[in-house]
Amino acid sequence: MLRRTAYALLVLALAGATTACGRSAVDPGAARGARGPITVWLSNNAQEVAWGKTMVAAWNRSHPGQRVTAQQIPAGKTSEEAISASIVAGTSACLVFNTSPASVPTFEKQNGLVPLSDFPDGDAYIKKRGGALTEQYASQDGKFYQLPWKSNPVMILYNKKIFKKAGLDPEHPRLATYAQFLETSRTLVRSGAAKAAIWPAPSSEFFQSWLDFYPAFAAESGGRQFIEDGRVRFDSTAGRRAAAFWRTLYAEKLAPQELYPGDAVNDGKAAMATVGPWAVSAYKDSVDIGVAPIPTAAGKPPGDTYSFSDEKSAAMFSACRNRATAWDLLKFATSAEQDGTFLDATGQMPMREDLTARYPAFFAKKPLYKVFARQAERVVEVPNVPGSIDIWQAFRAEWTKSVVFGDGSTDAALRRASDKITKLLDEYGDPS
Amino acid sequence: MTDSALTATTGRHTSHGDTAPRHGRFRSGTGALFVTPYVLFLVVVFAVPLGYTLWISVHRFYFTAPGTHADAPWVGLANYRDVFTDPVVGRAFLNIAVFLVINVPLTVLLALVLASALNAKIRFRTFFRAAYYLPYITASVALVGVWQFMFGTDGFVNHLLGPHAPDPSWLVNSHLAMPMIAFFVTWKQLGFFVMLYLAALQNVGAELYEAASVDGAGRVRQFFSVTVPGVRPATTLVVIYAIITGANLFSEPYLLTGGGGPDHASTSPVLLMYQKGIEQGHPDFAAALGVVLVGFVLVISLAARKLTERGN
Repeated sequence: MLRRTAYALLVLALAGATTACGRSAVDPGAARGARGPITVWLSNNAQEVAWGKTMVAAWNRSHPGQRVTAQQIPAGKTSEEAISASIVAGTSACLVFNTSPASVPTFEKQNGLVPLSDFPDGDAYIKKRGGALTEQYASQDGKFYQLPWKSNPVMILYNKKIFKKAGLDPEHPRLATYAQFLETSRTLVRSGAAKAAIWPAPSSEFFQSWLDFYPAFAAESGGRQFIEDGRVRFDSTAGRRAAAFWRTLYAEKLAPQELYPGDAVNDGKAAMATVGPWAVSAYKDSVDIGVAPIPTAAGKPPGDTYSFSDEKSAAMFSACRNRATAWDLLKFATSAEQDGTFLDATGQMPMREDLTARYPAFFAKKPLYKVFARQAERVVEVPNVPGSIDIWQAFRAEWTKSVVFGDGSTDAALRRASDKITKLLDEYGDPS
Repeated sequence: MTDSALTATTGRHTSHGDTAPRHGRFRSGTGALFVTPYVLFLVVVFAVPLGYTLWISVHRFYFTAPGTHADAPWVGLANYRDVFTDPVVGRAFLNIAVFLVINVPLTVLLALVLASALNAKIRFRTFFRAAYYLPYITASVALVGVWQFMFGTDGFVNHLLGPHAPDPSWLVNSHLAMPMIAFFVTWKQLGFFVMLYLAALQNVGAELYEAASVDGAGRVRQFFSVTVPGVRPATTLVVIYAIITGANLFSEPYLLTGGGGPDHASTSPVLLMYQKGIEQGHPDFAAALGVVLVGFVLVISLAARKLTERGN
């Protein structure tokens, strides 16, 4: 009986392994120079979809033999999950114009990405387009597996009407220092003008720290990354100050501990939010918008304040059979002309230096975006290290426990997170 | 039947050649034909994935693009060691234990009492049967929305309780989050278990109640002495089904408490498998956790079966 069971299990394991190995592969040598029809995926942001369709139509008009089809990334909890699943299934699009840099190490490990540096003009094009901004996006082997495409530099967006209702000056909000921000928040909530001063997601998903801790840390530290040179950088005075600031917001119930089932800013429940320029068009019909830099302990001039980039890259995936067409399309879609069209359609910042000088007409027409464009020159990215998602998840677990729910000191939580992440970096063999 | 009769019968069959064996083969062949689709179904959706899971759980493994080489070295029980030493896994199993302690007895008790009531000739019986069944067939997402409205910080229940409302509120309170999920699932699944008990009650003869009545048993005594023993096989089914459903909890901590929060207070093993295997790219860890969960469910289910069938 035992022998029979063992045989059955062996057959099952073999069947499973055979099934797993049965997927068809693309020959990279043949694909690199191949031209022909390709598919690209866009995010589900309405403005981005509209731009993508226009861009693809322009390409198709001049390249009848290399037809491009654009569609939204298949539905999933996050785009990254859908992309990861498509890599494994071998069904990903040639290009995805919404690739999170934090997921790039994972996609690399899955052999899902085509190194753009392997194209003869790959590195040159990426560096020429993005200038100094591109440095943070090279992988550990020195190659670019992503083209840094556009950023949504995170700033404080506030609702002028709610500020006015609370008796605050909406044109000159006192939000520069932690003390001012907390005092303004208390006024907003205690006056009954808003249920919450600010309402970021307090939940435990790894990426949620990009909209609470990371912008605050970037601002307070003067532009340090979460991890630099293979070492944890957030367990520092700047990190401890940022954590203590957020802890006060939660402890005084200025920021709720519960996830809002909708959009708290749009519904008028929260007076402020940490968002990028995408929100300007999203809220234009519901919120009278004001924008301020991320606060710091002592207050810094806007020109010296850093933030998180919330950048999204364009990447080429290994399921692509016509990679020469895909590379040409990638350059077409990120050309100066298309970047201008993208900026105009979405308000999001192409990853180019000196945007206000390059696209003066847009910023003259829509001056609110100017502050985001200036912020885009002082942004930090998530570190491009193996195990990136594990690292952020380890941090988030300590954050929710101590900062959101007040269990233990925030200093001790940062120390624990630092120890865990150091161990993870060792496990993943970070060579930097 | 005598020996001579047996001989005669055998002889008659023999005289007609091998009709009986051929008939037997025909019957077994037909049976196999009917069984084949289900066997194939089991192999494809259950046996192969289970075998693959076992294989993954003893290798250092991650999902890769088709046709690309990725080392998947044999690691023995290392993934299981990681599972057993991860404090979040321990917390997830503890959460499930809390869930089962609340959910299973409550389900059995409420479902049996309600089924008995709905089995009696009461007014609006059909309406009540449908009303209890409605949450079961309604999508979890919609029901979660209702519960968030009721038990959120600014929810209906907290408005009623005023200053006596818990702080932090129900769904973000580390002591209350898991019991809330247990109550939610009990309420949602109740209609299904009431139906099971209603079906079982149809097999409890009216004469048993009459006899008990003649012996002077009241309603309560009849319930414990006739109804409860009469539906014992259904109780075994309800308990095991509730355990399996509870151990595989996913949607509720995923949706109701924002991904197993607060601070893993409502994390379940299956939610953890999803987070580790899909979100964080560790399918080997998730596979080992899955195998441990299968063992856990088997042990608990067998224990529950022994317990509920005791005295049969």
